[in-house]
Amino acid sequence: MLESSKESLKLEAMKRVVGLIAKGKNASELFPAVVKNVANKNLELKKLVYVYLVRYAEEQQDLALLSISTFQRALKDPNQLIRASALRVLSSIRVPIIVPIMMLAIKEAASDLSPYVRKTAAHAIQKLYSLDADQKDHLIEVIEKLLKDKSTLVAGSVVMAFEEVCPDRIDLIHRNYRKLCNLLMDVEEWGQVVIISMLTRYARTQFISPWKEDGVFENSEKAFYESDEEKRKSAEETKPYAMDPDHRLLLRSTKPLLQSRNTAVVMSVAQLYWHLAPKHEVNIITKSLVRLLRSHREVQYIVLQNIATMSIQRKGMFEPFMKSFYVRSTDATHIKTLKLEILTNLANEANISTVLREFQTYVKSQDKAFAAATIQAIGRCATNISEITDTCLNGLVLLLSNRDETVVAESVVVIRKLLQTQPSEHSDIIKHMAKLFDNITVPMARASILWLIGEYCEHVPKIAPDVLRKMAKTFHNEEDIVKLQTVSLAAKLYLTNSKQTKLLTQYILNLGKYDQNYDIRDRTRFIRQLIVPSERGGALSKYARRILLAPKPAPVLQSAFKDRDRFQLGTLSHTLNSKATGYLELSDWPPMAPDQSVRNVEVAEAMKEWSPAVGKAKSSKSDDKFYSDSGEEEDEQAADSGSDEEGGSEGSTRTPVSLSSEAESENSETSEDSSQSEKSSDSGTGVKKTTTQKNKKLQQAKKPRKLVSVCDRVCVCVCQQLSSPVFVPVHTYELLHRMTGKGLAAQYHFSRQPCIYDDRMISVQLTFSNNGDHTLENIHISEKTSAGQNIHCFSPIECLEPEKSVTVSMGVDFNDSTQAASFQLCTKAEGFNVSIQPAVGELLLPVTMSEQDFSKEQGKLQGMNESSATIAMTPESITSQPLHRKVVNMANVGVVPSGQNNVHRFAAKLVSSGALVLVCVVQKDSGAQLTVNTEKTIIGSMLLRELQTVLSAP
Amino acid sequence: MIHSLFLVNATGDIFLEKHWKSAVSRSVCDYFFEAQERATEPENVPPVIPTPHHYLISVFRHRIFFVAVIQSEVPPLFVIEFLHRVVDTFQDYFGVCTEAAIKDNVVVVYELLEEMLDNGFPLATESNILKELIKPPTILRTVVNTITGSTNVGEQLPTGQLSVVPWRRTGVKYTNNEAYFDVVEEIDAIIDKSGSTVTAEIQGVIDACVKLTGMPDLTLSFMNPRLLDDVSFHPCVRFKRWEAERILSFIPPDGNFRLLSYHVSSQNLVAIPVYVKHNITFREGSSQGRFDLTLGPKQTMGKVVESVLVSSRLPRVVLNANLSPSQGTYTFDPVTKLLTWDVGKINPQKLPSLKGSMSLQAGASKPDENPTINIQFKIPQMAVSGLKVNRLDMYGEKYKPFKGIKYMTMAGKFQVRT
Repeated sequence: MLESSKESLKLEAMKRVVGLIAKGKNASELFPAVVKNVANKNLELKKLVYVYLVRYAEEQQDLALLSISTFQRALKDPNQLIRASALRVLSSIRVPIIVPIMMLAIKEAASDLSPYVRKTAAHAIQKLYSLDADQKDHLIEVIEKLLKDKSTLVAGSVVMAFEEVCPDRIDLIHRNYRKLCNLLMDVEEWGQVVIISMLTRYARTQFISPWKEDGVFENSEKAFYESDEEKRKSAEETKPYAMDPDHRLLLRSTKPLLQSRNTAVVMSVAQLYWHLAPKHEVNIITKSLVRLLRSHREVQYIVLQNIATMSIQRKGMFEPFMKSFYVRSTDATHIKTLKLEILTNLANEANISTVLREFQTYVKSQDKAFAAATIQAIGRCATNISEITDTCLNGLVLLLSNRDETVVAESVVVIRKLLQTQPSEHSDIIKHMAKLFDNITVPMARASILWLIGEYCEHVPKIAPDVLRKMAKTFHNEEDIVKLQTVSLAAKLYLTNSKQTKLLTQYILNLGKYDQNYDIRDRTRFIRQLIVPSERGGALSKYARRILLAPKPAPVLQSAFKDRDRFQLGTLSHTLNSKATGYLELSDWPPMAPDQSVRNVEVAEAMKEWSPAVGKAKSSKSDDKFYSDSGEEEDEQAADSGSDEEGGSEGSTRTPVSLSSEAESENSETSEDSSQSEKSSDSGTGVKKTTTQKNKKLQQAKKPRKLVSVCDRVCVCVCQQLSSPVFVPVHTYELLHRMTGKGLAAQYHFSRQPCIYDDRMISVQLTFSNNGDHTLENIHISEKTSAGQNIHCFSPIECLEPEKSVTVSMGVDFNDSTQAASFQLCTKAEGFNVSIQPAVGELLLPVTMSEQDFSKEQGKLQGMNESSATIAMTPESITSQPLHRKVVNMANVGVVPSGQNNVHRFAAKLVSSGALVLVCVVQKDSGAQLTVNTEKTIIGSMLLRELQTVLSAP
Repeated sequence: MIHSLFLVNATGDIFLEKHWKSAVSRSVCDYFFEAQERATEPENVPPVIPTPHHYLISVFRHRIFFVAVIQSEVPPLFVIEFLHRVVDTFQDYFGVCTEAAIKDNVVVVYELLEEMLDNGFPLATESNILKELIKPPTILRTVVNTITGSTNVGEQLPTGQLSVVPWRRTGVKYTNNEAYFDVVEEIDAIIDKSGSTVTAEIQGVIDACVKLTGMPDLTLSFMNPRLLDDVSFHPCVRFKRWEAERILSFIPPDGNFRLLSYHVSSQNLVAIPVYVKHNITFREGSSQGRFDLTLGPKQTMGKVVESVLVSSRLPRVVLNANLSPSQGTYTFDPVTKLLTWDVGKINPQKLPSLKGSMSLQAGASKPDENPTINIQFKIPQMAVSGLKVNRLDMYGEKYKPFKGIKYMTMAGKFQVRT
């Protein structure tokens, strides 16, 4: 069927194959037949083939190579979904031969326009790393690049890759730290978990401890009943300690995530607060954790485990929520035990009576394992809180008459432990237990009673020999553990009351001597030598009393969760209480704060020096982010600009319009010098090179550019000098028709001027006219719905009289794609959804360069960065003037002076990424050869297509 | 992260496996089966099981174990939460999440799992996005697909994936624009022998069914938002707005979703809407026990208590129960010892009761604990906490939607100790 020519048959066949895979049956012999279909057009079939390939390619490496070329082709597909899925499959085929191809594909995808493809690239990094760890260095480069990415989509995946490939390269995080904190709210939930746990580790190495040195956990235990005092104290503590603002930023940006519906996110924030926050702030996580207890059983299990660990160190945190940990009869056993554990940890003098009453109901539970666990818990409460020990003991003694054996046995064991801690007069209890001895069959309990009687035989001088007598009768039927205790009871009695028990002891020792178990034989031999003085040895027998009847320290009953806090909370290792593979230790706080300036993005610093007024203008932009609050916006912008190479324009990006006035630009001219020199000294090497290269040109360029908006200078340091547009077309586009706009009409027009708001934006002029008969008030942009595009809104128009029109300008960062920017245009009364669709030619800014520079740059952009086509031309367009006109009309490119008449060169750069775009038209007799070189291949091919239509038109 | 996934049914057969990295042999599940055998009930299987080379993290839902194989350190909740999300997605797609449904739709299941994880890291878990990528199977679509040969795999990257509102797809159109909100509150309570409340809490959710055209922006405000003590939101809710004004402002996903879940502050006293009079006795020595149970309404604000269901696991010594209900029907399963009594409505004039005798194992001693009684009930048109929605407004679209709000109180984990 797979060979069939009918698609539906093939699909049906493929579905069956997938069914086989799902059942775990081997379908590898079909490999050749399946691989043939990899280039099929049908998307579903293709996907199923991908599923098959990923499963079996490892086993059939040679045949799998046949499919590679298809993926390579798909990597260039204009549809981002197809590019992404091709990369996914290519990287999932675990065939070592294709490592170089994968590497190349990842590098390329990492600079793809679509954030979705970049996300896939981040995933592919981990796959390649697990396939070939030698590529680590190259991969780290890619990770470094992707870490700078601003898209929320990419952030989670790249941090995951970071954790997998190079978790120790903390230095890569520094400059992205603030950005990650600020983006966190908008990252998808799974990414949040990964980022938060990474940031926890990061913060532990970078900030100093917010906890006071001496009393890390001790004083906090009292926090609950001395909370007022505690608070005052901690306030005093914080005075000398000033928290790093970045540390605070992390805490502040994670806090809202406690409200997430994803339990994993809540847990990871909780552990972040637990490990990083100052003592008095940790309490905010309590409520959220308790809320998680309403979730699925498995979630409860993990959360309860973590609460158990927390509750040991800080009772006060969960004490008010104690009732949430009451056990229901429908809970699963492991959940019941955990709840019990927490209740025990939370118990104190104030609430012990309620806890005990609750425990009493549990003891009667039908789940006997749980009842036994409860008895142990009572024992622990009794040791921890000395006031209630007597009450507990009495309660436990009552349980001794319980009908269930396990309960009785457990009680006996616990009573033994309790009596040991309280060596006061409890002889009546011991007597009572001795009476019960006949009815108890559980070995552990019998052994415990024997031990107790032996230990305190002086308190019960009458009963002890009698018990020994009974034991001597049944000795051979007992369990090993009971036999051992019998032997030691006999020995102890022999020492204290040898008159009555001498014969009995002899008898038991004889029985023990011939026992099947060698432990018992050994013990018997040892005891005999010790207590029965013989002719030879006897050196030790003097001390026998001191050896056997030494006062024993009471056992400490402590929680199983006592030492769990050595693991980071919320991790797998914590759950298992053993180190899982790949567990990364949480380091201790550094004694001294490491240099905090590493997180600064130096350009932002420079900006602050020379334009302190800018800060105010910023806030106008702050409300366009979906969730982030405006206070954080400032940092974010700074962080953002650090992630692009040409962040130097920080000052100009949010400069108010007035800055373009003569005086201001003078001012910034000088500042530009400083930033220029700074750039060349401390930016990356790539920038440095170009800067020095172009320095000469810069000197000349300065003067004419004085009047041009300030933001050009950024581009200067990156590459060639910008020029003003050669030609500005007057064509306007309709944004809002007056019919749909209820009288409000809007048109837009690309002014082809560098945007004054941000050098990555394209300036768009909007013309509003009021064709209705009412005055329109408060025209503004309210909601930006499109993805990943920054829009700088115009300031709201207060009112627009009928028959009047007004022109405003706004900036849009299209991210170098022709995706429409959509937003909502609002008047006081209504809102309209509109969108601006840029032509590919408008995404460019013209660049002037010499012919030599042009050919040099062109030489760098060969191969797949080049796209070319031949076009037939009408005779009219033979002369160069119309050809120039046509090109500059269509695209905002600069003309490169050319020596040859039949060769026309144009240069421009992409506004958002700053990548060069070079266009070359070589005229031949009746046609022309058109070449476009750019590293953004998609833009290149689109531009080529557009130019082709423009030039071939008459 | 997540290496492989095995689906195991109640009888211990692996009926589906999926690997995201190199295939892991299914023998790894032997460790799981071992743990399963040790546990008496399927609920008691520990969620995290370490094996020499892998870690198994499992969830148990709809009588199916979803066992994920992990190789290295990962937050366990991350995996558990994801597995639950997978189950939710299946349920969303196939209506039910049973072994049969999964087997019937194995291809869709595979396509879904492929989209949801890449290399073990979640890729798309939002149901709106998934539905654009892979259309849910319906009878109509199956017919159309077989005739036209079209596929149920989306060709374009879903717009939601890239946008800041990934939960909503663009271009939604309805002829009837409706938005329904259900305020459902559950009472969790433990009542002790004497009828006094040991612990009682109210947990609530607001489930929404929004079918609105375009990109509506909704705001929902409460009369008494202070009641809400601890809340968790669907990602669509703007948190800052809530912090500042206690107003829910959001662009809703399309279709059914849970807008928020909340916890009513524990300071408030919880009105327990029903009371139980019980008298369950076992006499020492005789093989008979008496069973007497009466239910009655209490603090219901005049509303009717509906769909009352009483269940109790009787002690092991009970062989059979011979009871007579004044209304409804009862069943007793002698194997599991589970007694269920479907009461229906509670009529305040004529209180429902269940009386009769139990026969016990001859010679067995009297059980030392009386059974716990679990009660389920529903009270429509009332939110027990007193929470009230003030108003719902829509911005961003021009049409007038139909709005509806329903209140309901239910018993959550409601236990009466006897």
